[in-house]
Formats: sequence, C-alpha cells, structure tokens
Amino acid sequence: MPVFYERRQLVTPGDLLAENDYVAGENTHKENGRIYATRVGLVNYADKGVYVVALKSFYVPMVGDTVIGKVVEVTLGGWVVDIRAPYLAMLRASDALERPFKPQKDDLPSLFDVGDMLIANIVAYDRTRDPLLTVLERGLGKITRGQIIEITPTKIPRVIGKQGSMISMLKQETGCQITIGQNGRILISGKSPEDERLAVMAIRKIEQEAHTSGLTDRVTEMLRKEKGEKEVIKNVTEETRKTN
Amino acid sequence: MSSIMASRVRQKRIAQLISRGKRLDGRGLTDYRKVQVEVGLIERAEGSARVRLGKTEVLVGVKFEMGEPFPDTPNEGVLTVNAELVPLASPTFEPGPPDENSIELARVVDRGIRESKAIATDELCIEPGEKVFVVFVDVYVLNHDGNLIDASCLAALAALLNTKMFNYEVKEGEVKIKPGYKPLPIRNHPVAVTFAKFNDKLVVDPWLEEEQVMDARLTMTVEKDGKICAIQKGGYGYFTAEQVLEASKIARQKAEEQRKLVVKE
Amino acid sequence: MSQKKPEKLIDENEIRLDGRKLNEIRPTKIEVGILGNADGSAYIEQGKNKILAAVYGPKEVHPKHLALPDRAVLRCRYHMAPFSVEERKSPAPSRRELELSKVIRECLEPSIFTEYYPRTSIDLFIEVLQADGGTRCAGITVASVALADAGIPMRDLVSACAAGKVEGRLVLDLTDVEDKAGEADMPLAYMPNANAITLLQMDGMLTGEEFEQVVNLAIDGCKQVGQIQKEALRAKYVVAKEAEAEKEEAEEGEE
Repeated sequence: MPVFYERRQLVTPGDLLAENDYVAGENTHKENGRIYATRVGLVNYADKGVYVVALKSFYVPMVGDTVIGKVVEVTLGGWVVDIRAPYLAMLRASDALERPFKPQKDDLPSLFDVGDMLIANIVAYDRTRDPLLTVLERGLGKITRGQIIEITPTKIPRVIGKQGSMISMLKQETGCQITIGQNGRILISGKSPEDERLAVMAIRKIEQEAHTSGLTDRVTEMLRKEKGEKEVIKNVTEETRKTN
Repeated sequence: MSSIMASRVRQKRIAQLISRGKRLDGRGLTDYRKVQVEVGLIERAEGSARVRLGKTEVLVGVKFEMGEPFPDTPNEGVLTVNAELVPLASPTFEPGPPDENSIELARVVDRGIRESKAIATDELCIEPGEKVFVVFVDVYVLNHDGNLIDASCLAALAALLNTKMFNYEVKEGEVKIKPGYKPLPIRNHPVAVTFAKFNDKLVVDPWLEEEQVMDARLTMTVEKDGKICAIQKGGYGYFTAEQVLEASKIARQKAEEQRKLVVKE
Repeated sequence: MSQKKPEKLIDENEIRLDGRKLNEIRPTKIEVGILGNADGSAYIEQGKNKILAAVYGPKEVHPKHLALPDRAVLRCRYHMAPFSVEERKSPAPSRRELELSKVIRECLEPSIFTEYYPRTSIDLFIEVLQADGGTRCAGITVASVALADAGIPMRDLVSACAAGKVEGRLVLDLTDVEDKAGEADMPLAYMPNANAITLLQMDGMLTGEEFEQVVNLAIDGCKQVGQIQKEALRAKYVVAKEAEAEKEEAEEGEE
C-alpha cells in the first residue's frame, strides 16, 4: 500500500505521503505521481485521497465567506478593510448603503471609521484583484458590542463542529451570541463579561485540542464545571454573608 | 523606445529548440559566441582591455595606487574589483549606487582572480606592513547582450596581462619612480564559463534572450591547470547534482579554449 | 584583539580543532516560532553560529510597483549584527551581505509556491547574531524552517551545508578558521525530493575529482541538516498525551 504515514501523524513540508492512485487534497502537492505535504500539519487519508490539516496557515479569501474585518483606511468611494489575509479587502460605498452613494451628502467616516470592526461577506475575489466585501445582508454591519478573539483559521471548522454541533453547544452553555468569521476572528457577545469569558475559554481549549476527538463533550464538561464552581462560590459567599 | 524583453512566442521557440539540442542563433549547445579582444586602448590606465562576446561588450581598466596592506597580509598587495552596469549598456540599467547584480558580477570576477592567485601580490609590497600597491580592477559594462560574467572575466584577465607598473625604488621611506616599466606579475589565468539550464539541457554562453528563458545559471571559473577556483549559481531555478558535475567537465574544456584567445603562448 | 592562526587544523588522527571528525557537522539546535510578531520565525545554533530568521507575509507589497501579477515576490535580507564577528562590523549592509541576500533569495524561492499568492510579498529577514563560518548555510537552513512556521506552502524544505578542503583533507561544515586557512570552501543548498541544488558557490581550488567528492559530501551534510529541521518543526507541535491517544483508539469520526 503506497502510503507512508499513519493518520494524524505530524508531517512537514516535503514529506512523501502517498504514491500513485491517491488524490492530492488540501495542503498537499502531487508531482510525478507522488504526493508531498506542503505545510506542517496532521496527515489524513480518506477515500483514496490524502490531505493535511495544517497547524498554521493564513486565511485565503473565498467568495461567500463571512469575515470579521477592521477598517484601516477611508477612501473616496469606500473603505479598505484588514481581514487578516494576504490581501486587503475593499468595501465600496455602494455595498454599504441601501441607497445610491452621494459623495456630497454622505460622510463615509460617520458610517465606518478607521478602527471600526465589521462583519461582512465576500462578494468577489480572483487572482487579479483584492477581495470585495458587502455589508448589505442580514447580520452584517458594524460591530458595536462584545469582544473579538483571533484564532488560526484552520481551527474554525472545529469551532463550528459537525453540522454546527460545537457552536450550538457553546451558545447554549454560555448564553452568548457567537459570530464566526471564516478569517479566524470570532465575535462573542454575552449578557455579562463572565459569560463572555467562559466562551473565550472554551474556544481557546478547542484551538489547543482541535486535533483530538471527543472534544465537544470535554468542552461541555469544562464549561459546566466552571459554571458549577461559580454557583458554589456564589452560594458560599451567600452563606457566609447570612451567618455574619 | 523598444523593450528588450523577448516576446512569448520567441521565448517558447528558444526553449523548444534547446530541448532538441539546437539554438536560435545556430550555435551548438556548448559553443561560445565570437570573441574579439582589444588591449591597451585606455592609455591613462595602467592596463586595459575590451572584450566583445557576441554583442556583449565589456571594458576593463586597471589602475594602481599605493596604500596600506590588510593587517593579516602585511607583505602583500591589495586587489579590489568593482563593476558598473553603465546605464547606456541596457534600458534595464538605472543610474545609481551598485545594485545586487553589479555587486555579484564584481565579486565573481574578483573570486576568480583572487582564488587562482592570478596576481602575484607578494611582489607588490613596497614597505612590509606599511605600504603596498593596491590594484583596482574596474569592470565597465558597455553593452548587455547576455553572459556579462564570462565577458567581464575575460576582459579582466586581458587587462591584467596588459598592465604595466612603473619601476621604483624606496629611498628614505619615500617611493621614487625610476624610468621604465615592467609588466604586472601574473601567475595564473582564470577563465569563467557560464551555463544556462533549460530543464535537462545545459547551454554554454547564454545570450540575452536565452537568459530570459533559462531556469538558472551556473558559473565555474577554471585556472590554468584545470582546477576549479570559483563557482556561482544564480537565478531562481536549480541544478541537479549530475548537471553540476557535467558542467564541471565541460567548463574545464571550454576554459582552455577561451584562455587561448587572451593568453598568447 | 585578533585570533592567532593555529598551527594545525587537523591532527594525525584526522580530528579537527573542535574535536569533530572530517565528515561531521557541528552540533545543531533549532527552535521554532520564537518571535511573537513575525508570521513565522526560527533560531539556529550551529557550533558558535547563532542566527535568527523571521518571515512576514504573504502580504500586500509596498511599494506597489514591485508586485508581480502572477506570483508572490520573495524579498530577503541577510544581515550581520555589528557584534557578530571578531572585529566589530559596521551596521551598514556590506557588498558581501548584498550578494548573500541575493543568492539566498534565489536559493529559497524554488521551494515556495509563490504562484498561489500573486501580487503579494513574502519578506524574509536573516540576522546573524554570532558568526563562525558557514553563516549563509545556517541562515538558509533556519530561514526555510521559519517559512514553514509561517504556514507558507512549500515544495520541500531547503537544507544547506558547506563542504571543502582543509590541509589536504575533504571536510564537512567548515568553521571560520578552517575556511580562512583551508584550500576550498563550498556552500551548497539542497532540496531532496527534486534532487535540486539551489545554492552553489565555491572559492578556493579543487581538482575535478575533488570537486565531485566535495559535492557529494555537502549533499550528505544537507540530508543530515534536513532531519534536524524536521525534528524542530515537529517538536513545536508535540501535544498529544497518552490519555488522548487512548481515547482516539476508542472513538471515531468526530472531525
């Protein structure tokens, strides 16, 4: 059998993963019938294909993705947005205003200014120009509350989970609103900073242990334990107050 | 105003021909272009030579100065090589301080002369530890039509062989010039041979358009006894180990042929 | 305060000044991801060489006119700290550093899939903190690891090692004193999968036969260096505890 590694083994660029009939998947490269890893990561074989889950990579824009970006410049016709990718993204005024853009009347900085964070969708991107954003759909626009954390983009699918199982659990256990940017930024907005802290803790754990299984259960357990301890501490303080 | 960039169609043609063992200008894969050497054309310089390799043209001038030796070689003269890609030589050469290309060219020419000990620097000592001759070799590229390295090395060798130093004597710590000249003592004749790689083919003396298509280049400088004294790989591609060894064999043979054009027995 | 030239570099038992055999590389240690701001970074200690490499990118090119329409442009700066050598070196880039920046860039580019990121730049910085010969090779070695650490897709790691001739013997990985006093020094960089030599320079004197042997010796050294690079990249990510491994055995399918 022309495979050279066990699944979930750590491989480095140039490692020979498989030969001949295999299909080269993500983070691999086929040359002369041989498939090599192109990034450091965990190799996996599935259905006559081989791919590598990269341990570190950067976000490459894809049309349709929801991203969380930071405005870095206001131009004559729109904004330049940093989406943590090799390319800066553009948000044109026409993709931010419901009605036609009137340069004399509309003051762009009052809509989004340098430093503002926003949730946007990528509407266009190809090799010849920078990605184009829009905020005109539901759920998109300027971020006004909550906190944003950054994780390696490759771990995002893990935070979502199979059919959204992980993220639903997170929302339920923490009571927070969680918006995921495919570019490795996550917006957490909870009823209290405590709730938000729990969500951040959970996501950091997922990031650390993304390559293991049984993670959803372990994260649930951890959250419940944390919340339980809070309850105990609250009760104890209540008790001591009562007795004093 | 024309661009020197060959069109895509032409580039493809060049690559196709080479894969079949032929070149656009009719040369064999290991043939040099026609070489013309002229020496002594700049009287103000102590030595000079101009080499035309095909349409590539390089002028080298040698000048002497007196200076301090390096601390670790107190009894030896000093060699300094500089190269200028003069803006008139190509629309791609900009005026300004030496860029990485002219620095690389100078250092490769320098390496060939220095490592082969071509100049008898031990005979350039005026006062041990105090005063020695400093030999300035200035490479001046006048027209760029490919393979500046081989043309520059050949011109530098010819210029050094043409160089005359004045007779002198040291009296009371002062250098007094005496009548007459003697040739600069030269002990070796390094010759550079540059290859261009096109997939699995090696080609000697690439001209400008071939340089635009090649994967990478490899220069081997060979001294008079057939030893290799300098190597420089350039360009973004690579050579296999087998190609490197093949190049070393061809280089030794071609260097001998090229040397005869400059060194008269 | 200059070093005195030693009497002999290799003794009767074919042992070198630092105790090494002729075909031994210096003890080498590589650490990955040690700089917080860079997208990728690595540090190498090889004998007395101490070299840092950092990668920023792929990112937008500044100035814009340097961008290439069909691929990323790799920019490389090899630089030696003023205190890295015996006699203090001026911080201004020397001609040697400019030449090395060029050949190192040309050496690493073939390993990177630059065509995946048109109109961007990948900026690579190599800082030599302490030098003892063979710094361009160690610099290439650590730079390749930094590129991998940055998550930049590569065909292969590039490993570099110099070989040469000292006191008549063919040796691997020359120190500064061996390079200065020896007969030939040949730095070489290698990508094993393609059997590709991406850096090759030599100064000194070698016959044709010696040259062939030295090339093979250097490639062998590169292969040894390659193992060390891979280990360093793996070491950064070894996380799995034994309990985890057991759980994996029992459970399947949660990806």
